[in-house]
Amino acid sequence: MSVDMRTYLAHVELANPITTAAGCAASGAELSQFFDLARLGAVVTRSITMAPRAGRPTPRMAETPSGLLNGVGLQGPGVEAFLERELPRLVDRGARAVVSIAGGSVAEYTALARRLSDAPGVAAVEINLSCPNVEDMGRVFARDPAASAEVVSSVRATMRYDVPVVAKLAPDVADIVAIARSCVDGGADALAMINTPLGMSIDVDTMRPALAAGTGGLSGPAIRPLAVRCLWQVHAALPGVPIVGMGGVASGRDALEMILAGACVVAVGTALFHDPYACLRILRELEELLKERGFERLADAVGLAHRPPGAGPRHRTDLEETSL
Amino acid sequence: MKETAGTPVQVTGTVLTTRRVDAYHALTVVAPGIAERFRPGHFVSVAVGGPHTSMPARRAFSVHDVKPDYGGTVELVFAVRGRGTAWLAERKARDTLDLVGPLGRPFPVPRDPCTCVLVGGEYGSASLFALADTLQQRGCRVDFVLGAASADRVFGALRARRMGETITLTTEDGSLGLRGRVTDALPSVIADARADVVYACGPMSMLRGVTAVAVEFDIPVQVSVEEAMACGYGVCMTCVLPVIGDDGVTRMARSCVDGPVFRGERVRFEDVGTIPFDALGAPGGRAQEGGAHSRNVS
Ligand SMILES: Cc1cc2nc3c(=O)[nH]c(=O)nc-3n(C[C@H](O)[C@H](O)[C@H](O)COP(=O)(O)OP(=O)(O)OC[C@H]3O[C@@H](n4cnc5c(N)ncnc54)[C@H](O)[C@@H]3O)c2cc1C
Ligand SMILES: Cc1cc2nc3c(=O)[nH]c(=O)nc-3n(C[C@H](O)[C@H](O)[C@H](O)COP(=O)(O)O)c2cc1C
Ligand code: FES
Repeated sequence: MSVDMRTYLAHVELANPITTAAGCAASGAELSQFFDLARLGAVVTRSITMAPRAGRPTPRMAETPSGLLNGVGLQGPGVEAFLERELPRLVDRGARAVVSIAGGSVAEYTALARRLSDAPGVAAVEINLSCPNVEDMGRVFARDPAASAEVVSSVRATMRYDVPVVAKLAPDVADIVAIARSCVDGGADALAMINTPLGMSIDVDTMRPALAAGTGGLSGPAIRPLAVRCLWQVHAALPGVPIVGMGGVASGRDALEMILAGACVVAVGTALFHDPYACLRILRELEELLKERGFERLADAVGLAHRPPGAGPRHRTDLEETSL
Repeated sequence: MKETAGTPVQVTGTVLTTRRVDAYHALTVVAPGIAERFRPGHFVSVAVGGPHTSMPARRAFSVHDVKPDYGGTVELVFAVRGRGTAWLAERKARDTLDLVGPLGRPFPVPRDPCTCVLVGGEYGSASLFALADTLQQRGCRVDFVLGAASADRVFGALRARRMGETITLTTEDGSLGLRGRVTDALPSVIADARADVVYACGPMSMLRGVTAVAVEFDIPVQVSVEEAMACGYGVCMTCVLPVIGDDGVTRMARSCVDGPVFRGERVRFEDVGTIPFDALGAPGGRAQEGGAHSRNVS
C-alpha cells in the first residue's frame, strides 16, 4: 500500500511535502528541462523584489565542508517581469507556485503583496525576512520580532484572504521562538525555516575573503542540525502552526528528520545544485521510509519526535494533535 | 533527436579510460544521452566525492571529444586544482561518474565557409577540437593559436598540427613555440590567414586580450568563459558576469546557461567581478529606486 503523502500548507493542499527552496530553483524553468514540475508539492520561486536587482559581485560562491556559502544578493528581474514572464510559465506547467518576496521596507513588502494579490496562480506567498530594513539602519527584519511582525501583518492584510502567507525565519537570532511567535501573532499562516545563517570563508592562497561580499549565507548539510533545532523549538512552542522545514536536506532520511521535528513541508535547496532530480529522489526515499515504518499517512509523522520518551507505540490519539 | 538536442540529461557514466596528457588528466566516460546531444562548446558538470560527499557543488568541464563508440563516450581534460579535481584524478576504469550535460550554449558556427582562428589557453584548447571538426565539415579553414605558461601545459598541439592550416604555439617561459602570450602572436595569424572570425577558450585575461585583438581587426569573436559555478544548469545564480544584451543594456548574465559562449565584445571584461553602475538593477542605479539594499541577503 502506498503512503498518503498529501500535506497542507495552511489550508492549501499539496500533493506531497517536497518543494524547492527559495532562490535554489530560479523560477523553475531550468528544472523543467529535467522533469515535470507538477510532480513537486510546490515550486518556491527565488525572492522577488519590486525593482530589478543585479545582486552582488562575483565570486558569489565558496564551497565549505558539506556546505556552500553564497552571496548572490537577490539577483532578479523585478516583480513586473516576474509576473509577465516567469509566473505564467510556472502556472502553465501545472506547478503550484509559492512566490517568495523580499523588500527593504514594510512599504515595499506591502507593494509586492498588492502586485501579487491579483495575479492568478499564486498558491502561497513566502516572506523572506532576511533583508536589511533600510528604514531602521539596515537591521535585518528577521532578527527583530517587532519588525518581522509588522511586515507579516501588512502583507497578510494586503494579500487575498485565501492565499496563505508564510514567514521565513533566519536561524542566527538569540530566540527564534520569540520571532516565530510574533510572526504568527502578526498573521502568518505558516512559518518557513531556516534561511541561511551568515558565514565566511577566507582563501588562504589569495589571503582574501573567498566571496566578493566578504560574508555570505551558509547552506547545505552543514546547517541541518541548526535547522532541526530551530524546527524543534518552534514546533514545541507553537504546535498548531504549519512549518516548512529546510536546511541541508539531501535525502529522504534528512526530510524525515525535519518532519519528525515538526515540519509538514520540506524544502530542498543546495541539494538541487548537486542533483537536478534531488526533489523527486528525496520524495521517493521519504515515501519508502514512511512505508517501512508503517505509516499510512505522512501527516501522522509530523512532529512525532516530540512525544515523551517511553510513550510506547504510537496511538491514534497521540497523532490527532500533531497531524495538521 | 531534434527536440532533444541540447537539452541536458543526468546520466551515471562509466569511466572507460584514464590517462595523463602532460600536465592534465583525460577521462573517457561512457555517457549515452550526452554524447548524442553534444554540440561543440557544450560542457558537462560532474558530481565529485562519491555518494556521501562533503562537496555539494558540481564541477564544470568542457567536453573535449565525443565518440559514438560504446553507445556514446565523452572525453574530459582537466587540471588538478582543488579537492574535487583531485578526487576526479583518482578515478579508474569502470568507476562510475554522475554527469549532467550537455550544458551551456555551444559555439555558433558560420553559415558559409570562411576562415576561422581558434585560440586556446591551457586546457581551454580542449573544447576547440570538436569545433574545428564541425567547421572543417562546413568547408571552413581553421588556424590554431595555442598557448600556456609552459610547454607541458599547452594542450592539443599534435592534434592541432594535424587539423589546422597553420598552428602557432606560445609559452610564457619560451619552453615551446614563441615566448609570450597568444595575444602576441594572434594579430599576425589573423592577418596572414585573412581570418573572418575568432573563437577562443581559456582564462578570462586571455579572452579579454583576444577580444581586443579581434575588435582591432573588426572581425567577430566568440569566447567561452570560465566563471565559478555551483550547479551549471542555471538555478544558483553564482556564475554571473556583466554582458551587454542586444538592446544595449548590461545584465548580470549566467555563464552556464546564457553562455559559456558569448560574443567577445559583449562581455565587459574590465568589469568582471563587479556590478557595473549601469547594469540592470545595479545598486543605486535607476532601476533600483525603492529597491532593497544588498547587505545580508542571500
Ligand atoms: C564552463 C567551464 C568549463 C570548464 N572546463 C574545464 C576543463 O575542460 N578542464 C579543466 O581542467 N577545468 C575546466 N573548468 C574549470 C573547472 O571547473 C575547475 O577547475 C574545477 O571546478 C575546480 O574544482 P576543484 O574541486 O578542483 O576546486 P575547488 O577550489 O575545490 O572548487 C570549489 C568550487 O569552486 C568552483 N571552481 C573553482 N575554481 C573554478 C574555476 N576556475 N572555474 C569554475 N569553477 C571553479 C568549483 O567548480 C567548485 O564548485 C571549467 C569551468 C567552467 C565554468
Ligand atoms: C544560492 C542560494 C540562493 C538563495 N536565495 C534565496 C532567496 O532568494 N530567498 C530566500 O528566502 N532564501 C534563499 N536562499 C536560502 C534557501 O532558500 C534555504 O533557506 C537555505 O539554502 C537552506 O536550505 P538548503 O540547505 O537546502 O539549501 C538561497 C540559498 C542559496 C544557496
Ligand atoms: S552555475 Fe548555477 S546558475 Fe550558473
